[in-house]
Amino acid sequence: MASTINIISEKCVGCQMCAKSCPFSAISMVERPEHPKKLMLAKIDLNKCTYCGICNQTCKFNAIEIKLDTLATSIDKSLYKGVWIYAEQRHGVIHKVSYELLNKGKHLAKELGTTVGVVLIGDNIKAKAQEFINRGADKVYVCDDPILLEFQDEPYVSVFSQLIEKEKPEIILIGATDIGRSFAPRIAAKIKTGLTADCISLEIDPQTRNLKQTRPAFGGNIMASIVTPQHRPQMSTVRHKVFKEAKLEEGKIGEIVDFKVDVKTIINRTKFLGFVKDESTSIDISDADIIVAGGRGVGSVEGFNLLKELADLLGGAIGASRAAIDAGWIPYSHQIGQTGKAVSPKVYIACGISGHIQHTIGINADIIIAINKDPSCTMMKTATYALEGDMHEIILNIIREIKSCRCG
Amino acid sequence: MNIIVCIKQVPNTENVQIDPQTGRLKRDGIESIINPYDEYAIEEGVKLKEKFGGKVTAITMGPPQAESALREAIARGADEAVLISDTAFGGADTLATSYTLSTAIKTIENYSIIICGKQAADGDTAQVGPGIAEMLNIPHVSCVKKIEVIDDVSIKVERMMEDGYDLIESFLPVLLTVVKEINNPRMASLKGKMLAKKAIIKSLDAISIGADIKKIGLNGSPTQIVNIFNPPQRTGGEKFVGQAKDIAANIVKRLSDLGVI
Repeated sequence: MASTINIISEKCVGCQMCAKSCPFSAISMVERPEHPKKLMLAKIDLNKCTYCGICNQTCKFNAIEIKLDTLATSIDKSLYKGVWIYAEQRHGVIHKVSYELLNKGKHLAKELGTTVGVVLIGDNIKAKAQEFINRGADKVYVCDDPILLEFQDEPYVSVFSQLIEKEKPEIILIGATDIGRSFAPRIAAKIKTGLTADCISLEIDPQTRNLKQTRPAFGGNIMASIVTPQHRPQMSTVRHKVFKEAKLEEGKIGEIVDFKVDVKTIINRTKFLGFVKDESTSIDISDADIIVAGGRGVGSVEGFNLLKELADLLGGAIGASRAAIDAGWIPYSHQIGQTGKAVSPKVYIACGISGHIQHTIGINADIIIAINKDPSCTMMKTATYALEGDMHEIILNIIREIKSCRCG
Repeated sequence: MNIIVCIKQVPNTENVQIDPQTGRLKRDGIESIINPYDEYAIEEGVKLKEKFGGKVTAITMGPPQAESALREAIARGADEAVLISDTAFGGADTLATSYTLSTAIKTIENYSIIICGKQAADGDTAQVGPGIAEMLNIPHVSCVKKIEVIDDVSIKVERMMEDGYDLIESFLPVLLTVVKEINNPRMASLKGKMLAKKAIIKSLDAISIGADIKKIGLNGSPTQIVNIFNPPQRTGGEKFVGQAKDIAANIVKRLSDLGVI
């Protein structure tokens, strides 16, 4: 039997609230000529309905009835304890998102009255474990093996899922990086649990111990809060720079545990051949404190050279909107937004960018400076500082001004 | 070399507007399109077929109207199309979707590469591709920007990463998710459009793919949406107008006062 959802026609007054509330456009209003007052009736398209229950909460007349068919096998959730975070390393360097997750993990663990564990996977990587203890981790599991030197999905999934099955954590947080977004879904599929992508907020419901995970969807037009009520562990990938890094804790004592797996159990059908560094920028935009970004208004490759001059002067990185990428002025690796990267700088300077939501969803900045000749565009209306005028002229003057300040 | 391309029909979020009165998504007249990332997946599949022979099968899970996305895929060069549709799939999260698609793919024999777009433009999760690979017990590589076929059993790909790209070799069959850097999708040809019109789209439901009822739709979905709301809108700040020179002087002063530069 599948789940069912019904409109109780006697109760429905045709107010359309449910249709407006439905995030999946699954409810339409139909004529009801037989009704004495000719009120409309809500109709649900079962092909689109996800039984999320939002219409049910919205309806003031209790006219929507949902019966969830939960065949889902309930597991014994009490067997799962502890909050885990994944310590991401690439070429032996720890990604900062790992310390951010540790900070959030510590808060979640405190609320749950449990401990924080860290999973460190690599080759000859044990030396990196102590830093996590110093920053407040209770336990660091180290998986050390030559096959784990560089990130490849299958061996990392093999090791991580064996560790999960042995230790049974109740929450696992992984950075929503290229690595995290690639192997976390594979782990979730292997151990058959829920995974929520790209979270920007995490909260505990103290009654159920469920993790409420909030993330943007539909290109950032809406936010969705998601839980994993019947399964453990609860897994999330979390955006970089949403949380602050865990600080050092004086005299913190923790345990470093070697997790040895039988190499024969590690599946690997890929081979890491090498790495080619992106030479077009010295600063990774997802890590930059200052970003100078350009859009359609930049107009040319030369225009981006001007932006680059400003970025270099400020010690910042170069970003771009999709329009500039599509025009071929700058490589895709600089694209910010829904189909590009998410960035969290202190200052974001948007030059000639009109500010479509598909672009702005990728920006989480303390200060946004917009430079544009059109004061009515979204970017100018929403920026912390809106600089109206010719973009090139203003940037040239800013460069001159900074240089003269520094010389003087 | 037979290729399977997994596609999804999504609302065109490019043109999505927020209703200023209700603060909700305006949905009237929003067209359904092929997920933009999947266009690169289709193109790459067709390019590989043109080079090495074989066929391209496009598959999608969705409501009956998703058939139009499959016809579009045929117009762009796919040879066959399979629609996986059943109300029992309703409410599927990424795990249940991965299960459903992988179960359907098991009914298709002799494929070497499965190509998916990096992510879908509605959910933006990027989770279904790797999920399918795990359930089919084949390797996968995410965010691929270049594919090079070595021989019948292996390929070499470039995997895009934050700091550059990795070179990865993989055994076949493999699942790849692709980024926009990989190619420039062609528009559908007239001949393609004609073929698409006439094409017979195979339709499969839960029973015909032999799905376990506990693993599909809402039953098979560990995650549950509990709330949907609009993100807080950023409000405007200070305006700087006048001569470029003055604007520049004022903003630089402001930023240095704030200690930013």
